[in-house]
Amino acid sequence: MTVLFYLSAIVAVVSTVLVITRTRAIHALLYLIVSLLAVALVFFSLGAHFIAALEVIIYAGAIMMLFVFMIMMLNLGTEAACQERQWLSGGMWVGPGILALLLGAELVYVIAGGGLTAVSAGQVSPKQVGIALFGPYLLGVELASLLLLVALIGAYHLGRREALTVHPETRVAPASRRCDSGVSGCTLIDVPKEEA
Amino acid sequence: MVGVPAEHGLILAAILFALGLAGVLLRRNIVFILMALEIMLNAAGLAFVVAGARWAQPDGQIMFIFILTMAAAEVAVGLALVLQFYHRFKTLDADAASRMRG
Repeated sequence: MTVLFYLSAIVAVVSTVLVITRTRAIHALLYLIVSLLAVALVFFSLGAHFIAALEVIIYAGAIMMLFVFMIMMLNLGTEAACQERQWLSGGMWVGPGILALLLGAELVYVIAGGGLTAVSAGQVSPKQVGIALFGPYLLGVELASLLLLVALIGAYHLGRREALTVHPETRVAPASRRCDSGVSGCTLIDVPKEEA
Repeated sequence: MVGVPAEHGLILAAILFALGLAGVLLRRNIVFILMALEIMLNAAGLAFVVAGARWAQPDGQIMFIFILTMAAAEVAVGLALVLQFYHRFKTLDADAASRMRG
């Protein structure tokens, strides 16, 4: 379990560094998913199995899905086909693949070594969490549900396109899109040409 | 069971939080800023879970569940704002919205 903790901690730190240094959002998102999976393994090695499952399902599943949707929605127009071609190239999967392979090896190690039955010192069972969640923390659960409802209404209100009026002084010219220097045979420049 | 010292878990949480803070401060793309915010929230939750495992109490995990709820709410509203930002400014540069009207 100690090896599990340190290896996944290293994977988490490395992939987080790669998240904040990528230039393209989808690459950073892949590394962010690996980072969240590594933190889930850290939770597992700390004995918080329920939280590890929640981290994978909600963080690496649902919240990252929102990010993927948003990035896909913002890549509209002419650059979409270009980027699609670039995403299909295998090179970008190598880094997250290697890190995820490390995490998968740890998972195999845990299952093969019978680590699931090993009780760590600070293990808290999901039953204890549930009893505490609906006992002394009942008010917090109700407030959390209210927060989610407010977020739902707020996101719906902000997401309506015609509801917000665009003031003329905030309407600025579209910024010239720059292509990444490493991309070959793929130009994203759509700066409007000025004819006299 | 030879456990991991709680200090090491807290150090990991501090490193991840510092990396998220660096991401917020360094990046100007607003989607990257949201991602770095997620990293920071996750690191804070990690610190809670480490503390909960140290004293073998469920309170740390419950705080993580609340942080998870808040992160989900924050990212939903934040991404809706990003969509409006993109439709209005046609860019994702956070500096494009640095000027106030009034």
